[in-house]
Formats: sequence, structure tokens, C-alpha cells
Amino acid sequence: MSAPAVLPRWADLVLLPAVCLGVALLAAAGVVALVGQHPMEVINALVRGAFGSARGFSYTLYYATTFVFTGLAVAVAYHCGLFNIGGEGQAILGGLGTGLVALWFSAFLPAWIMLPLMLLSGALFGMAWAAVPAYLQAYRGSHVVITTIMFNFIASTLLVYLLVNHLRPASTMAVESLPFSPSAKLPGMHEALAWVGIAWPASPLNLSVLLALLAAVGVYLFLWHTRGGYHLRAAGSSPGAAEYAGISGRRQIMVAMAISGALAGMVGMNEIAGVNGKLLLEFVSGAGFTGIAVALMGRNHPVGIVLASVLFGALFQGGAEVAFEVRGFSRDMVVMLQGFIVLFSGAMAYVIAPRVAWVLALFSRKGAING
Amino acid sequence: MPGASGQARLAVRMTGINKRFGVVAANAEVNLSVQAGTVHGIVGENGAGKSTLMSVLYGFYQADGGSIEVFGQPATIRNADEAIALGIGMVHQHFMLVDTLTVLENVMLGAEPHWLLLRAEAQVRTKLQALMESTGLRVKLDALVADLPVGDRQRLEILKALYRGAKILILDEPTAVLTPQETEHLFEVLRLLRQQGTTILMITHKLKEVMRLCDNVTVMRAGRIVQELPIAGASIEGLAEVMVGRKVHMGRVDEDTKPPGDVLLDAKGIMVRDSLNVMRLNDLNLALRAGEIVGVAGVSGNGQSELLDVLSGLLKPTQGTMQLGGLSFEPDAWLDPLTARELGLAHVPEDRHSRALVMDFVAWESVALGYDGLAQYSRMGWMDHDRMRHSTADLMERFDVRPRDPELLCSNFSGGNQQKLVLARELGQMPKVLLVGQPTRGVDIGAIEFIYSQLRAMRDAGCAVLVVSSELDEILALSNRVIVMNQGRVTGELPIGECTEAGLGLLMVGETA
Repeated sequence: MSAPAVLPRWADLVLLPAVCLGVALLAAAGVVALVGQHPMEVINALVRGAFGSARGFSYTLYYATTFVFTGLAVAVAYHCGLFNIGGEGQAILGGLGTGLVALWFSAFLPAWIMLPLMLLSGALFGMAWAAVPAYLQAYRGSHVVITTIMFNFIASTLLVYLLVNHLRPASTMAVESLPFSPSAKLPGMHEALAWVGIAWPASPLNLSVLLALLAAVGVYLFLWHTRGGYHLRAAGSSPGAAEYAGISGRRQIMVAMAISGALAGMVGMNEIAGVNGKLLLEFVSGAGFTGIAVALMGRNHPVGIVLASVLFGALFQGGAEVAFEVRGFSRDMVVMLQGFIVLFSGAMAYVIAPRVAWVLALFSRKGAING
Repeated sequence: MPGASGQARLAVRMTGINKRFGVVAANAEVNLSVQAGTVHGIVGENGAGKSTLMSVLYGFYQADGGSIEVFGQPATIRNADEAIALGIGMVHQHFMLVDTLTVLENVMLGAEPHWLLLRAEAQVRTKLQALMESTGLRVKLDALVADLPVGDRQRLEILKALYRGAKILILDEPTAVLTPQETEHLFEVLRLLRQQGTTILMITHKLKEVMRLCDNVTVMRAGRIVQELPIAGASIEGLAEVMVGRKVHMGRVDEDTKPPGDVLLDAKGIMVRDSLNVMRLNDLNLALRAGEIVGVAGVSGNGQSELLDVLSGLLKPTQGTMQLGGLSFEPDAWLDPLTARELGLAHVPEDRHSRALVMDFVAWESVALGYDGLAQYSRMGWMDHDRMRHSTADLMERFDVRPRDPELLCSNFSGGNQQKLVLARELGQMPKVLLVGQPTRGVDIGAIEFIYSQLRAMRDAGCAVLVVSSELDEILALSNRVIVMNQGRVTGELPIGECTEAGLGLLMVGETA
């Protein structure tokens, strides 16, 4: 038994994540060296691929956009004391909601009605998908971790079923819907920037990156500046105190999961409305789970989540570049690197924190003697 | 180790102990000598450094400077294992037991004498039975810890320490959770252990108990030892004064009280059955009048908590009615906490940690708990952080909450200051009816005096106050009228003039007057 480490706030928020990231990179570099590659070369290629060009950076931000949505989804539930593992399924349903209204209405509605409608529909679908586990948790006591995991499977098979049996045109073998009409296409960043006269290379990055930033700001304001957020956090930190204050824990579970599901559902705006322009399989491809890592690393705070999303976006984009540029370096190595980052910034943070506290204490003692 | 082998022998000698947490000196140049085979009390207010000092001795903290000798041998104690190896055992205020294991398994945990559990259990059982025989610490070995009453759990903790060979026993606030009867039993055991040569270090802030049990007492204040003396030379008043640093008045303030006014809360025929269909409140009638303090006495667990919950709207009774603020409530449409607050009923709950405060919130966030809908704190759903901060700073000033830092996390305040924060929030709204559960549990003497004066001030301002407390002294010091509860019933109701400790004690165990 030994005393828990207490870190000053700045160290907890800035220094510790930086140290964790550094250790993760070191460990990954070690493995890279073990398989006979040059770690510096790999890291170079990774950073260059993610940030070195306008096009690469756009890809990084495009990936980050999706992670912001799923990361925020995890964080909102977390502040209510819930572990929402169902971001993946909620994002799938969100994409479905976005896609269905696009398929049905995009032929005769203009973009300025179509796009908000798609956003709304995606958010509502995600919300509804999260509401079922939320209800089961709040009123029936079924643990939300278990039910959301199962709802991920149901969501992905539901999407397959709908695409194969109902949405796929009979004339094609590809498991995807017809393309939407142009009014259902969210403009790419290069198109938007072209309107104001800035040349930008084409990439999947689209206007939903701004939506993601708005969502982050909105989550921040909601959680820390509204009564609703106050109730939600009170119920999450101390169910007893919330009850005492007249806050219904059940209601807060419903509210938190609804917001969480809506945020995850907005993934559809980036992937379906922004990039693919049609419904297809695998457009979420694990982003719901990456969102857990993002929220973990971002300390469940919107600012941290945006930063962590860019980091994970960079890993995805840079990793793809590395796999392309460095001979013998497969994509699996990138997955391993992500694994290290999750391990060190999540689980191992508690191991690293006492060391950091110890080093800080060393410095402060020195300072005390000098001063 | 039978008999004290001479008064001069020291069990523990701590010299020049320093321990800092950031800028706070929790222990400064502390010298402590404990004679072997004695009960040594360490008293001081919350934050005086007594727990830190014991944690240093038990290896939970490392001192920044100083040295420790155990039975005359210099010792370095880096963790609990090393402490145990030196014969030091500790019983924490919050028990360190595994609820789902049996008593026997808890004792054995981490000290299994054989790799085959069956054999290990047999060996431990024999040894434990001998130990229980010689110390009078009797616990059912095969009972699940979860099923044990608090007193038994504490006996188990002591057994655990003794089983591991503790010759020096550190007890942290051992009586905080015990009923008077359990306390009495504990003291008998401790006296017997002392006779058998065990050295006992007891951290407490109950001076009455120090006077009854200890041989020597050390008083700490602000991280330093301010007095050390044999009990023969000590008095409660003297210790309290040294502990707080000024004269304190704890007893009853004899004031000419105005006769109570109108009935503000009237509960009739309240019945509560819990989920196991056990009767928790049985036909309880209670009227609270303006300008009086009604004390509820009783051994913990006789329905007092349920009473508070029912009256504050947290628990729906099975039967009964209640009048409050001109409204009448029936079980199918019972009062809810929000309505209660709107009607001017404030509630300081018994359980500070899981009810009264959100420990992860900073002070200014907690001050709005339950009142965030007031125009004072929010407008159209938006919280007004500036006003919350200002209001918190004001309340902290008025209620002497230390440190006066609205940005500090609730969990970082001491127990007494947490309680003052809760009182500040509830009293700050000038309620008409005030329900207070255990107003001074875990609160140090200086703060107790302050809290009493605040409750009296509320009464004098015309508030109807209900105080539930397991401390009889507290009931006697505060109340105008006392009701006694036993097994969910009121077994007696007396004006304060007719109360004696002995008489209330009888009512508490169910002897009707």
C-alpha cells in the first residue's frame, strides 16, 4: 500500500498525456527496430504523411472528424457514469438515417433543406438506437455495456440486411445503394475554399469538420454551462447526491445516452453525406471503438477529444503513407502503434503518473532549497 | 508478552518527524514516545496531522525527515508489510475487509499458512479460536463479512491485526461508527489487550473516551504536538482548549427560549416497509413547530434515516399523510425533493459523502446542488458561474469554511468544512423547516461549537428544526424537545427539562417510559 500520486492540474492535463504519448512512441519504435526497420525513418514518414502536405493534412482532419463525433459520444455518456460502447452501432444507424432521407428526398428537395434534414435524421436514428439500451439500463437494470455491445452487432447486420435485400438496385451486385442526387452532397473542403478563392487539393475532407467543431463546443457548453449538463454530471459523479437534489437518475441516463447516440449518429454526415454520396457497408469501420480511445486520451473533455482525434487521424493517415512508402512495413504495424498509444495513455497512465509526480517533487524540492 | 516489563520501555519513539504535502506541513518536528503496554491517545482537530503521523508509522507515507524506533530498534518502514513485520497493526476508520469472504477467510487473506486452503483454514481456525478465547474478541468465524454488524467488523479488524502478530495496535477513530454499547464492549477488549501487554495508539477527537480509556494523551494542532501528558493530569476542558487553541463551550446554552409557534410540518401515521417487507417506520407521528429544535435520539438504524428521507421527500412511505407549507401529501403523490425545497424545507443529510455533496464537484458547483433552478444561479437553463462563485465566497465567509477557496474540490475539504459547506448551502436559503442528520459526525470540536450556534440561530429566527443524532450529548445540548426511536417507533417524547441520559438510554433500547 502506498499513497496515491497527486499531480498539479497542468501536469495532469498536459505533461502526463505528453509523457504517455512519448513512452508509446518509444515502445513502438522498439518494436519497429525489432523487425529490422529504422524507427526514425518510419516516424518521419508518418509525420510527413499526416502533416507534410495539404492533401495529407486534409486526410488527417477527415479521419479526425469522425473520431470527434464518436469521442464526444463516449464522453457525454461517461460524464453520466455510463460506458457507451455502442458508438459503432449508433454511427451505423446514424449513417442509415442520413442515407435513407437522402435516397427518398434528394431528387426533389434543394440542398439547404436536404442537408439539415440529413443531419437531423442521422442524429435521430443514432439517438433512437442508443435509447433502447438506455431504457433497459434505466428502468430494467440491464447493464449498458452489455446491451450496447450487442446493439453494435444488431446494427451492422441490420445494415447488411437492408442493403442486400431492399436498398441495393436489382441491376448491381455491389452491396450499396443508388447514388444520391447532388443536393444531398455535403460540399468538400476544397470546394468550399474554392468559393472564397483559396486553392486546396481535393480530399475527402468536407464541411462536416466544422460541424464536428461545433459539436465539441456545444458539448462543452452543455456539460459545463447549462442546468441540463449540471444535472447529468451530478447524476454521473454521485447518484445519491443527485437523488437528494431532486434529479432523476433514470432521466439523466436517458438524456445522456440520447445525446451520446445523436453525436455518434452524426458520423453519417462525414462519411455518407460528405464522402460517399450513397449508402454502403463498412463506412464506420471501427471508428466507434476508436472513439473510446479518443475519449480516454482526451480525458473526456471536448478540447482533449479534438486534440486526440487529430492525433488518431494523423496515425490513420500517416500510417497509410508509411505502409505505402516504407518497404516491409505493413498496416498492421500502424494498428500496433495505435494499440500502444491506447495502452499507455489509458491503462498505463496510472502507472506513469506516480513517476511523473516523483520527478516533479524532485524539481519542486530543489526549487524550495534554491528559493 | 505478558506484563509490562517496566515503565521505561518504549514501544514507539518517533523523533523529528516532518511531512509536507505541497505547501502544507502536515507534521512539523513531531516527537512522540509511546510507552509499551499503555493506551496512548492522540487527539486533535481534523487536519491537525494525527492521521498523517500514524500513516508515517504504518508506512503508508514516507516522512520527509526524522527517525522511528520500534521497541528500541531503529526502523525504516516503507510499507504496511514492513510495519506488520515490526509488530505494528492498524485498524482504519473505514474498514479494509472483503465483504464477500467469511471472517476466517478475511483473517487468512494474504497470510495463508499453507498452499492448500483446507489445511490453511484448519490451522488459522485453531489459532484464531485460541486468540478469541484469550482476548474476548468473539466473532463468528464462518459468517460472511457482509452480514456482520459494524461492531463485529471492527472486532474482526482487530483480530486480523493481532493474528499477524501486532504488538502495537493503531486505531483510527475506532468509535466513530459504534453504538454506545459497542463502544463499551470495545473498551473492555482494549483494556484486556493492554493488560496482556499490547500497546495501543488511538486517534480520536472524542475527549470523553480519551479520559475513560487512555493512560497518556498527546494533543496535536496544525501539524505540531502542543501537549503531552498522563491522563491523571488531563481534563476534558483543558484538552479541548489546547486542541482548538481557545476556550470552547460545548454544553447547553441556557437561554430563555420563546414558546414554539405554529406547526410547520405535521406527519401522521407514517409507515415504511422496505423492499424485504420489513417495517422501518411504524405509525410515526411528528409535528414540528416554528422556533423549536426537536432532537431524535436512538441507536443508529432504528428508523431515523428513513424518517429523514420520508420528511424530505426522498422516500415514499407505505402509509401516512404529511402537511407542509399548506399542502397535504399522500403516499401515492408524495412530496418530492424539489417541491420540498420550494416549500422552504431544507435537509442536511446524514451521509455527507454520497448524498450532501458531489465530491468531484468544486465548492461553487456544489453550492447550487438542489437549488440550480433558482434565479440566483441560472437563467433559462444557463448556469451563472460568476454568481455561483460569488455566492459561494459569501457563504464560505459567513459559515467560516476553510480554506476559503470556491475552486477547491469538495473532496479536498476536511469533514468539518464539508459539513459547513452543506449547512451554508441549506441555511443560506433561509428555510422554514430544517432537517439535520448527524450534524457533527466526523466534525472537530471548534466546528461543532460553530454548527450548534448556527442551528440555534435558525431556531431563534423561527425555523422548525429537526436534529437526528446518535450522540446523546448533542441531542441534550441542542433540543427543546426530544423524541426517542426504537425499531421504527417513537418510544418516548420528553421536553428537555425531563431528559436524563439514563432515562433516554432506556427508551433507546425500547423500554417505554
